[in-house]
Amino acid sequence: MTLNKLPIGKKAIITKVGGEGALRLRLLDMGLIPKTRVSVRKIAPLGDPIEIDIRGYELTLRIEDAKNIEVKCIDE
Amino acid sequence: MIFALVGNQNCGKTTLFNCLTGANQRVGNFPGVTVEQKVGVIKGTKDCSVVDLPGIYSIRPYSNEEIITRDFILNEKPDGIINILDATNIERNLYLTLQLLELRIPTVVVLNMMDEVRGNGGTINIKKMSERLGVPVVPISAAKNEGISELVDQIIHVAKNKIKPKVTDFCAYGPVHRCIHAVTHLIADHADACGISARFAAIKLIEGDAYYAEKLRLNKNELEMIEHSVIEMENEEGLDRNAALANMRYSFIEAVCAETVVKGRESKERLRSIKIDNVLTNKYLALPIFLSVMFLIFWLTFNVIGGFLSDRLSEGIEIMIGLADKALDNYGINPVVHSLVIDGVLTGVGNVLSFLPIIVTLFFFLSILEDTGYMARVAFVMDKLLRKIGLSGKSFVPMLIGFGCSVPAFMSTRTLTSERDRKLTILLVPYMSCSAKIPIYAVFSAAFFPEHRAMVMIGLYLIGIVLGIGFALVMKHTIFQGKPIPFVMELPNYRMPSPRSVLLLMWEKAKDFIERAFTIIFLATIVIWFLQKFDIRLNEVSDSADSILAHIGRLLAPIFTPLGFGDWRAATALICGFSAKEAVVSTLSVLLDINAGQMGEGLSQMFTPLAAFSFLLFTLLYTPCMAAVATIRRELNSGVKTFAVVIMQCFIAWLVAFVFYQIGSLFV
Repeated sequence: MTLNKLPIGKKAIITKVGGEGALRLRLLDMGLIPKTRVSVRKIAPLGDPIEIDIRGYELTLRIEDAKNIEVKCIDE
Repeated sequence: MIFALVGNQNCGKTTLFNCLTGANQRVGNFPGVTVEQKVGVIKGTKDCSVVDLPGIYSIRPYSNEEIITRDFILNEKPDGIINILDATNIERNLYLTLQLLELRIPTVVVLNMMDEVRGNGGTINIKKMSERLGVPVVPISAAKNEGISELVDQIIHVAKNKIKPKVTDFCAYGPVHRCIHAVTHLIADHADACGISARFAAIKLIEGDAYYAEKLRLNKNELEMIEHSVIEMENEEGLDRNAALANMRYSFIEAVCAETVVKGRESKERLRSIKIDNVLTNKYLALPIFLSVMFLIFWLTFNVIGGFLSDRLSEGIEIMIGLADKALDNYGINPVVHSLVIDGVLTGVGNVLSFLPIIVTLFFFLSILEDTGYMARVAFVMDKLLRKIGLSGKSFVPMLIGFGCSVPAFMSTRTLTSERDRKLTILLVPYMSCSAKIPIYAVFSAAFFPEHRAMVMIGLYLIGIVLGIGFALVMKHTIFQGKPIPFVMELPNYRMPSPRSVLLLMWEKAKDFIERAFTIIFLATIVIWFLQKFDIRLNEVSDSADSILAHIGRLLAPIFTPLGFGDWRAATALICGFSAKEAVVSTLSVLLDINAGQMGEGLSQMFTPLAAFSFLLFTLLYTPCMAAVATIRRELNSGVKTFAVVIMQCFIAWLVAFVFYQIGSLFV
């Protein structure tokens, strides 16, 4: 599953960060690396971008870019 | 000694800078650094200055801000680095710290917002963290001015004694460790020769940064060996080089945090932010709230506070001018000098200065929006719309301010982190019709379209916006092609803005504007006065139709004939509009020799309704006033580019009015 498909509030773990160039590096720098926990907090009023919760802070990224991030849901 | 202040965005860097320097700030220019940086002398010291570098998350050569920071540190060789961190978000903030430590420059790590951490029952073992990172760690609260003097003592201590970070290795034993050490060993001599930290250079080379391969003068053989060991590492680690390095850093950070950080309960600031966000970025409420906030700011700025202050200031200036007028009369000074002082200098600069309260008031509100964290939410909400024209949500606010006045709109583009977005936004702002053009629209629509006044007004605004969007689309596919900076933005917790930061920003913007009012705008005013006052033989004119300006108007008039207003008076009014858009109407009334009340009659002899609308289109689009041009010059930092922008704006205005008038003529 990719991050843009993750339902709001559901916890997941990042399995792969795809994409290329500056965007991918920016994502890695912001702490989106494999084995990190992530959840989607909300979707912007116009449907894009999304707000995610990672490493204890809120980050916003566009749906198009979230498609590059693969995640796996974790059950609690 | 010079210290560099480095940290993530939203970690309180500017607040700390203000704490350290007070009002002792100036804009510094450093060779090799394209953007101006703020420098200030640290309070209580004589020779210690601190440079406020852009907020960044990593040292990579992908964004302008990162390049500025990297170049400053590598080329200016500061005596020390003050690395400020948001202690409430320590993991991500430490990521940049590890990269800075690799530079092997005396550094102090500053944990800001410690009051919030403690307030939520958390603690950080400062001593232990300092040991693990190998540099002094100082807890502070910049907003409450706590811990600042200890920070100053520490940075001066490490810088004076040139104490480099003690820990050199952030990699646990494994493939990444082996690779970094192999490369470090291989290039150590080259790095020493260049005065760069070998480990830092090695990591840059592993990341594939070509800049360092060149800088270190590595030969083909060495590059191949590096590539070989990187590929080996990638295979063993199961991650590509960039992910492996990021993973290495975050693993180290997680280990350090596990030993030193005791997380409190869920932060109340964060819970509060989430609650506020439930309303402010709510699916249905976000847009109405945002528009109401902007409307309120506009109303307060242009109608209530700023407007009131502007009127008082204009009155004050008028009284001053009156007094000066009398004094000069009594003295019996030469009438030309009298006119220069009164009509040229005082009136001109006075006109421009009356903008000042509006600018200060607007920036008061804007800095509150920015410092509270609301601006980031605006970008989040508006991003989808602006992406279509190749910008991000952050450009929305400057463009909106453009409807009030272009000058503060240009100035507010400073908050955009991408240079590309900033320049494109600056080019777009003039399409948002500024409030100084309203009198022109009002006079013309009353004279020519009395039945459809509101329609004409709204139509002009909409035409401006539509052309702006078209212009942006053209730019996106031509000059501003390149990839926009990825829109990956932190949404910081809502915070109370610090009064000190708000006041300093207002002061800074006011000073900036006054400086321009007395330099470039001052000169332009005198030139226009001169052109109005004298004829081509430099005799003082009695009839304004004989002035040099009128001559220039006559020369230029044929250019406007295909637009329907080849009358020299129209051309002259447009030239005067350069000093301030309000001057278009006043010049026309002077040249037509009628008072403002009878403008309609006089104008209808000069223009057909079709030509009048063509004239309005041209006014909407042609170059904004000189205060705005001076601001563009300041923000683009290039006279040539500014000139090109002005020419382009005039050309587009001409083209649009031409097409409208020619097509219109076929039907009327």
